[in-house]
Amino acid sequence: MSDHHSHEDIEAVKRKYIIIFLALIVGTVFTVGAYFLEIHSVALTVALALFIASIKAFLVAGYFMHLMDEKKMIYGILASTVFFFIGLMGLTIWAMHDMPPTTQFH
Amino acid sequence: MDIPYTVQPRRDTGLYNAKLGIWLFLASEVMLFGALFSSYIMLRVGADIGEWPQRLLNVPIGTVNTLVLITSSVTVVLGWAALKQNNFARYRLYQTITILCAFGFVGIKSYEYYDKFTHYQVITNDGKVFDGHLIKRDKELVVLSGFEIDASKGKAHGVMEASGHGPNHKPHKEIEIKTSDIKKIGNYGPAHNTYTAIYFTLTGLHGLHVIGGALVIGYILWPGAGMWKTDPERYTNRVEVSGLFWHFVDLVWIFLFPVLYLL
Amino acid sequence: MQTTSAHSHAHGSDEHHENHAHHDEGGFLKKYVFSTDHKVIGVQYGITALVFLLLGFILMMLMRFQIAYPGQPIPIIGGLMAHFFGPLADKGIMSPTLYNMFGAMHGTIMVFLAIVPLAFGAFGNLVVPLQIGAPDMAFPRINMVSYQCFAAGGIVMLVSFFIPGGTAQSGWTSYSPLATSVEGHGQTFWLTGMVLLITSSLLGAVNFIATIIQLRAPGMTWMRLPFFVWAQFVTGFLLLLAFPPLEAAGLMQLADNVLGTSFFLPTGLAVGGRLADISGGGSPLLWQHLFWFLGHPEVYVLILPAIGIVSEVVANNTRKPLWGYKSMVYATLAIGFISFIVWAHHMYLTGMGTKISTFFQTTTMIISIPSVIILTCIFISLWGGAIRFNTPMLFALAFLPMFGLGGLTGLPLGFNYSDIHLHDTYYVIAHFHYVVAPGTIFGLFAGIYYWYPKVAGRMMNETLGKVHFWLSLIFMNLVFFPMFIQGMSGMLRRMSDGGAMYSTAKAAAGSIGGLSDRMIELNAFVSHAAWGLALAQIPFIINFFWSISHGKKVTSDNPWDATTLEWQTPTPPPHGNFLKTPEVVRGPYDYSLPGASKDFVPQNQNS
Repeated sequence: MSDHHSHEDIEAVKRKYIIIFLALIVGTVFTVGAYFLEIHSVALTVALALFIASIKAFLVAGYFMHLMDEKKMIYGILASTVFFFIGLMGLTIWAMHDMPPTTQFH
Repeated sequence: MDIPYTVQPRRDTGLYNAKLGIWLFLASEVMLFGALFSSYIMLRVGADIGEWPQRLLNVPIGTVNTLVLITSSVTVVLGWAALKQNNFARYRLYQTITILCAFGFVGIKSYEYYDKFTHYQVITNDGKVFDGHLIKRDKELVVLSGFEIDASKGKAHGVMEASGHGPNHKPHKEIEIKTSDIKKIGNYGPAHNTYTAIYFTLTGLHGLHVIGGALVIGYILWPGAGMWKTDPERYTNRVEVSGLFWHFVDLVWIFLFPVLYLL
Repeated sequence: MQTTSAHSHAHGSDEHHENHAHHDEGGFLKKYVFSTDHKVIGVQYGITALVFLLLGFILMMLMRFQIAYPGQPIPIIGGLMAHFFGPLADKGIMSPTLYNMFGAMHGTIMVFLAIVPLAFGAFGNLVVPLQIGAPDMAFPRINMVSYQCFAAGGIVMLVSFFIPGGTAQSGWTSYSPLATSVEGHGQTFWLTGMVLLITSSLLGAVNFIATIIQLRAPGMTWMRLPFFVWAQFVTGFLLLLAFPPLEAAGLMQLADNVLGTSFFLPTGLAVGGRLADISGGGSPLLWQHLFWFLGHPEVYVLILPAIGIVSEVVANNTRKPLWGYKSMVYATLAIGFISFIVWAHHMYLTGMGTKISTFFQTTTMIISIPSVIILTCIFISLWGGAIRFNTPMLFALAFLPMFGLGGLTGLPLGFNYSDIHLHDTYYVIAHFHYVVAPGTIFGLFAGIYYWYPKVAGRMMNETLGKVHFWLSLIFMNLVFFPMFIQGMSGMLRRMSDGGAMYSTAKAAAGSIGGLSDRMIELNAFVSHAAWGLALAQIPFIINFFWSISHGKKVTSDNPWDATTLEWQTPTPPPHGNFLKTPEVVRGPYDYSLPGASKDFVPQNQNS
């Protein structure tokens, strides 16, 4: 967003920032609320918490960090980073689960 | 020849140098924290059943800190928008709030650390386990404010109870233990178990990023503000780039908070 | 400058430099120590890295004496060793502990303090901005900080030799729990040094990638980049994204060592026969995963810049364009991506399951395809060329079969069946040294001989260079080839007595396995070859310093008649490099272009 903006544009952008700020607060309240509900399914708790965190992360990265309208070069760099990150996390977890029977990974 | 594209974007990439630089740096940061998150998963999944303490941290305090960090993030973008409108005073106001939020965050985090470092677990020679905050410790006596954990029900149960998460939440009382009776004493610092280890590593590294980001934003805000007069466009770029870093720090916390406090 | 140069106003290189020196030269410190000029930083990197290269080699020569003659005092400098290392080198005899320390530091120094800084820091800094027509790196001050972090990391590593208890001794891989169980603070120093070195690499990588993306001269499109720049570009990404997980792992191991955490320490760990006082619950395999996540891309960090140098030298001395330039570029990019998903082929023996082993075996086989594409392209580039056999070209030509040998012998290590037999033997040592020593280091030597005149304004001596080349080539093979044989017969690496303990001659009757005397006798042969290799480097060292003041002066800015932009600057290039921004109008290797007046057309010239 290093392009030039007119005064009105900036005003609109500022309003957008405030809305996202409020959305982030609501997201936080939801996450903590779900925590105090004490849902008994572990999978559901994890899924819900990470889902809300992902939405918050999307808002911050997309709007505060202007990723929604960024240049192709940045997308390329981040896409390859995501690829390598998934490789790191996915293959490591796979490796520790694919163990011969009767062995433990630690 | 001077280095081109320090201020104006290059035509084919649409970027100025520093913006590309910060995104590359953030890519490496993603891998840094990504490796630590992967380690978290491996340690957690690999922990024996019941060994991983849950709800060990104070959620209301963590929530407040989350809100503090979100606030600082919005003030950063609003400050940048103010600069785009040539309103330096407004920018300075917003960024001052950012810095105050950073102080607030680090202060609250320090309190949480202090809380964990004074939280002790004592195992006596006759096999009893006590858990609580240290009130006094000298040559003869250790005094805790806490409760006894029912060690007969197994280690997993003990971890649950110590997390304040057991079936019957026990009231705290003052416990005196003779030093000569103590088999093992240790606080809830990094060495306590793999959970506290990854907790202190992740939040410690994140805390360093908060401090580093605040230093940079503070430098641009005060000692480096002269550039606003000489080269306003470059100054605005600097604010944007430091802001990108700050949002990344916020982004990491958005994941750290549920992973460490809630799950 | 060339008479055909586009800069028709340019004059002789020497006087020119003075005329153009309008920038603030500053004092000695600013010019040579705290410089932000990419060329000075490149030279700083280069000289520091060469010193470390020699140091790593010296460590190995001392170890080779212990392997060849276990238990005998080291001749000549044995007394000095006893003085420095006390009980670790009692009466000048290298103790197994000291052997372990030297072994760990040989690997660390060679990989992180010698080859990477030389290939990436030195050549990247010196050549990349010149080749893309840029005035400097994108972030000159970060560039300076990058070198300083590297130097600080090197100093920490050097200091660690002299602390009580000695330096790190858990191998360059620093596997936990060994690395945490060893007495002393050597490992803490090692980790601190590594964090500094990783920081340096990260800053360097950000700078390189940003420079290549942003500062290409007008007309320098992606497919007009010299192949060396592509190699450095991919190398930058490997460093940028593979190093942070090791930094995370390093921080965690540091916590294990200093704060008493158990990231990599399992429950029930016993050290010295006693249960360790730790919480346990950690995973030693986690360290290996994070280490090799860097470790394997690191292999390509070591080799890609060398391939880049070799390509430049080959194109220049065959006077032909590189054959299959585009396939080489795509192959390099493919290597960059695939190198991130092959790492656990270093871990077949950790007890991984069959499915995940098969996955990593498959990706490992796949990554050999782009490597072979690159090598084949360079080989075919030689076809029908009027080859000039100068010193850089000799090194570049020798690189090809040596790297080929190293790569091919890697295949049995990539298959998990054969790896079970070969893992951790001298075969592995021979394999990766063929890749790195007569491979990468020959590539780097080619680069030194090739770009020396650009930096010094004088050529290196050809006769000394050829003596250096032939002796190095012979001794390199005498050192490393016997190791294949030793390894296949089952000789393990990391044995301070060279396997004497496992000699069949000494073994009890009826015991299975063991090393025949013939295998153990090879140790002395290899050691003598290693010392011969050291002697072979003397002509190079003499040549390097002698040529600074006595080498043949270059008569033009482009002594090799090359096409790429680094030769279109004054010699040595002034601060800011180019007199005016070059306009690139053609690809990087327009040699022997039909219809051109000369057999080369520089990138910024219309024929």
